[in-house]
Amino acid sequence: MSVSFQKRRGKLIAYLHGDIDHHGAAPMRVQIDRVLRSEKPAVLQLDFSDVAFMDSSGVGLVMGRYRLLQMYGGRLELCGMSPGVYRIMRLSGIEKIASVLPEKGNAS
Amino acid sequence: MKPIQTMRLEIESRSVNEAFARAVVSAFAAQLDPTIEELSDLRTAVSEAVTNCIVHAYAISVGQIYITASVYADGMFSVKIRDKGCGIDDVQQAMQPLFTTRGGERAGLGFAVMESFCDRIRVRSVPGKGTCVTLYKRIHGRSEN
Repeated sequence: MSVSFQKRRGKLIAYLHGDIDHHGAAPMRVQIDRVLRSEKPAVLQLDFSDVAFMDSSGVGLVMGRYRLLQMYGGRLELCGMSPGVYRIMRLSGIEKIASVLPEKGNAS
Repeated sequence: MKPIQTMRLEIESRSVNEAFARAVVSAFAAQLDPTIEELSDLRTAVSEAVTNCIVHAYAISVGQIYITASVYADGMFSVKIRDKGCGIDDVQQAMQPLFTTRGGERAGLGFAVMESFCDRIRVRSVPGKGTCVTLYKRIHGRSEN
């Protein structure tokens, strides 16, 4: 599990790679927060295109980053979710705190 | 009803074992010829239950997690995830969506996901003794579709 980053006009895109469970979410959180704290982007986009498995730890990961963004008024976007990933996100009511971009893959 | 086949697995409560536990259960369930979605549901529910053992039951130590999976003749599949950890004081409260004792990075959705992705779940817990979660899911399989 790892995270790669891309900057695009004030938006920070974090591409999540690998399974997101309790074990995998921890290193992802550390990597995202390090970049988030130094860049303070207006928008953080989490891209789930390369996530084959996710449990509720992924929801915790999103909620935790949302809190960090809120501290300076940043926005959160989610994209590239498979049906399985989206089901868990929807169960959590995540749409209340993040914009969900519908199509899998190249949403930007 | 008696199971026609049973599998037992014992692992330590280390987070690296989460992926292993769900892979073993899903490999055992493969004999029922499940759909991709049924397998994904099972993997997710098992992951939630095992994570609970690691994060909550054995929060300050490493203990054993006992997993028993059974196949029934009518296509029912069950997975029992048992620990000898701290137990749950109030099971009803613990099962409420968004309730968590950990805050921060835990969403409080573990039981909600298990309930949503299985047909039925049973939780028995004795404070100080441990918790036993049993997941039941009927596998309709690919052949019926």
